[in-house]
Amino acid sequence: MVRLMVDAPTAGSDKDAVDAFLQGGPSLRHAPGPYFGSYGGRWMPESLIAALDELEDTFEKAKADPEFIAQIADLNKNYSGRPSLLTEAKRFSAHAGGVRVFLKREDLNHTGSHKINNVLGQALLAKRMGKTRVIAETGAGQHGVASATAAALLGLECVVYMGAEDCRRQALNVARMELLGATVIPVTNGSQTLKDAINEALRDWVANVGNTHYLLGTAAGAHPFPALVRYFHEVIGEEARAQILDQAGRLPDAVCACIGGGSNAIGIFHGFLDDPSVRIYGFEAGGDGVDTGRHAATITLGKPGVLHGARSYLMQDDDGQTIESHSISAGLDYPGVGPEHSYLADIGRVSYEPITDSEAMDAFRLLCRTEGIIPAIESAHALAGAIKVGQRLAAEDGDASSKIVLVNLSGRGDKDVATAAEWFDLLDKDSAEAEIGKEGEQL
Amino acid sequence: MTGVQDITSTSKSAAAIDKARAEGRAALIGYLPAGFPSVEDTIAAGIALAENGADLIEIGIPYSDPVMDGQVIQAATTEALAKGFSVRQVFDVVAGITSKTDAAVLVMTYWNPVIRMGVDEFSRRLSEAGGAGLITPDLIPDEAADWMEASDKYGLDRVFLVAPSSSPERMRRTVDASRGFVYAVSIMGVTGARSSVSSAAKDVVAAAKVAGAERVCVGLGVSTASHVREIAEYADGVIVGTALVAAIRDGGVDAVAALTKDLRTGLNKEVA
Repeated sequence: MVRLMVDAPTAGSDKDAVDAFLQGGPSLRHAPGPYFGSYGGRWMPESLIAALDELEDTFEKAKADPEFIAQIADLNKNYSGRPSLLTEAKRFSAHAGGVRVFLKREDLNHTGSHKINNVLGQALLAKRMGKTRVIAETGAGQHGVASATAAALLGLECVVYMGAEDCRRQALNVARMELLGATVIPVTNGSQTLKDAINEALRDWVANVGNTHYLLGTAAGAHPFPALVRYFHEVIGEEARAQILDQAGRLPDAVCACIGGGSNAIGIFHGFLDDPSVRIYGFEAGGDGVDTGRHAATITLGKPGVLHGARSYLMQDDDGQTIESHSISAGLDYPGVGPEHSYLADIGRVSYEPITDSEAMDAFRLLCRTEGIIPAIESAHALAGAIKVGQRLAAEDGDASSKIVLVNLSGRGDKDVATAAEWFDLLDKDSAEAEIGKEGEQL
Repeated sequence: MTGVQDITSTSKSAAAIDKARAEGRAALIGYLPAGFPSVEDTIAAGIALAENGADLIEIGIPYSDPVMDGQVIQAATTEALAKGFSVRQVFDVVAGITSKTDAAVLVMTYWNPVIRMGVDEFSRRLSEAGGAGLITPDLIPDEAADWMEASDKYGLDRVFLVAPSSSPERMRRTVDASRGFVYAVSIMGVTGARSSVSSAAKDVVAAAKVAGAERVCVGLGVSTASHVREIAEYADGVIVGTALVAAIRDGGVDAVAALTKDLRTGLNKEVA
């Protein structure tokens, strides 16, 4: 389903952009911001503009500095374990219409997800700016753990804001961050979830901007964050493109990724934006179903608005108040989305579709049983989408085995074992784990 | 009103500040969030502010993600939203106060609720309610093209913020885009009472004046008559928020009246 271009004031000019692209027009890669079509920008308090200017300036200089490029390359190779593998999922493929499915294994990175790419880059930028302290928001704890990791590695003080409700559900990730030397501050304001953790991190940043860098975890927020976070994740798409050409001898027919804020997705999409033969799909969290109101399908059902510094699609009510999102996957449970995704949706370059909790969990179990890989529940949304895309490709063309679908397996599922065990009713009713699972906690 | 007339001469905020200036003092500006604890209370408290010495009144729109607000205002606006406050009620509050007092009434709002209603529609309704203009904590002039147009069309004041971190270039740009007055953030931080006023406030006011600002008012962390007296030495207006919100929370409209009367003593020459 390609979303209708409603409520997009510049839909006309965006359509011109995609027409131009399809006719060999300007590249969609390396979009610098601050605007992506009518999205992006800086909807921020004046107090923070100087810090955003400093970050942008530092980032632009770093990109042009061979020493910085070499530092990133070294950390990626010798600390994160890049390049991550590209694995063909041969038994899983049978369930996706028989097309060939390849997994980009971001789950094999140090700390277990793509998040490490961004935090290492931003922590290095913080050092270049002479900042001694980083702050971060986290939902499930993945970005918080990654930030604490980078801070430990580079000798920075780290404070992580986490919704009080999320702290309770993810007690072990709180312990991980504390083991790594970070301070975790539970946020009791508002809905006590990820968006409120971002609000609290922004309040901290305003008060401590002199020595503090806000290490934002996704490709959203005020300029330069969307372009900057994408830059550090572009390695996913660059590697995947080279690997698929090497292993399959050609580009994939489709690329699939899950979307919360959209950082893993923009990272892999970026490698293929200028390849018109490659269809690109982003899978949002459909929660209980998009007709239930309990979901996080921001692009599918949201309307453009401003939140956390950028104009983008947004789950909001008629008064412009942010609506709480719902998903079994904490990493996708965010009512906003990165502005570049909103633009790519409007121009029709990327198709965004919802995947329900139930569809994601079926794909989660399927990958466990067919490939021996336990995916993050976030990534399971991309897998469920890949099954649909594979079946559609097979229906278009009888020779399914000639089709290729590339999936970004953005993280591993160790953190999700208790949730999954509860979902599939695998626990003895009297076990301690069952008690924990009932409260939605994760081991 | 239309954009063809001389808008500076019609600025309600500028007129209110100039009236105070003619009396040889700075203006007192009080903030209250709409709908806390009820819409009727906000109107009554706004009238009490004006009757006890406030020259300008800011009415805040409760918003789900108030990144520039500290605990006291967050708690108040969260409660207002939980009780079902809707954005259009802010116009009832503004009309309720402007129909009973001469105070200039501005609305302070995060930007998304304005976008959702439509910038032109919001501006038209604010103008019809007798409002003076908008204070916009998360809208910078760079993103304000729609608002520049609508505020000209309806003769509304545009109060942008400047901060200790603002570069001279941004100061100039923000001062140029503002009308009525410029809101100088006294400190790098969010709203909330503090024991002393940051020395940065004086520098921000001076920088805004160098950038060409005719009227600069100081807010954030101002809670007592002695703060008011200190800031009035160098600024054209003094903005009090959190202390008034705590007053209405703890003592209702009477407490707002009493605190306003006390804050106003900070502007009386004979006491200084």
